[in-house]
Amino acid sequence: MTKPELVYTTYIRTTPKKLWDAITNPEFTRQYWGGNENVSDWKPGSKWVHVTGDEERAIRVTGKVVEIVPLKRLVLTWADPADEADVSRVTFEIEPLEDEVRLDVIHGDFKAGSDMVNRVSGGWPRVLSSLKSFLETGAALKAAVCGASKHSNKAAAAANVAA
Amino acid sequence: MVTDEDKVFKALADASRRQLLDRLRQQGGLTLGGLCEKYDMSRQAVTKHLLLLEAANLVVTVKRGREKLHYLNPVPINEIYMRWIGKFERKQVQALFNLKEALKESDYDKT
Repeated sequence: MTKPELVYTTYIRTTPKKLWDAITNPEFTRQYWGGNENVSDWKPGSKWVHVTGDEERAIRVTGKVVEIVPLKRLVLTWADPADEADVSRVTFEIEPLEDEVRLDVIHGDFKAGSDMVNRVSGGWPRVLSSLKSFLETGAALKAAVCGASKHSNKAAAAANVAA
Repeated sequence: MVTDEDKVFKALADASRRQLLDRLRQQGGLTLGGLCEKYDMSRQAVTKHLLLLEAANLVVTVKRGREKLHYLNPVPINEIYMRWIGKFERKQVQALFNLKEALKESDYDKT
């Protein structure tokens, strides 16, 4: 494995089980991850998709489950559905500590010349701090989700059409 | 009691440490040796600063063989941002920032 480009860590006052569910259960992901859902049967080699939680069900990210150790480690490939050859790799690692859980997210193995690293480097810190407030407070989650509601997605789409 | 947020602000309240973060933002995955290049700081001083930055979770490390690679971890900074900037203010704050950057870059005031 080459040197990873992006490494993020956050400490969350929760349990490995809750954190694992927050990453792999679409009902939870949509609540902190920009309204999008992570959908898969979470078996090694299976497909996974990151889809919008609205009726459009637009696929934003697609890939395969490379490795899965429930509550501990999840390795996924990560690609834009419009260009699946431009694939990279994301690793989630969960480590329980005394009264909190450490989550590492490593995004690397980007294809040479791909702009994917620039496209995701702004998003990960947002997603991870949103995940943290979702698990710790639940209440802070409205402020944490950027443009997540169906209403604001539509408003944004309308604004794009107008422009 | 020192909270996590106290650690972040303390770590950021030093120009040398901010410089190290800038360096890691430009290029992630540097070793201690790589980080010491281009700086007038001693290796010991850089090590000390890195320990504070790691304690504040602003720098995270990954081991690759015998090497320890350093990365900027902006997640705690985003938490501070989310705390004081509401959902509906973000666009306005971003617009003001963009305006300031555009004015800085323009040659308007030099003519």
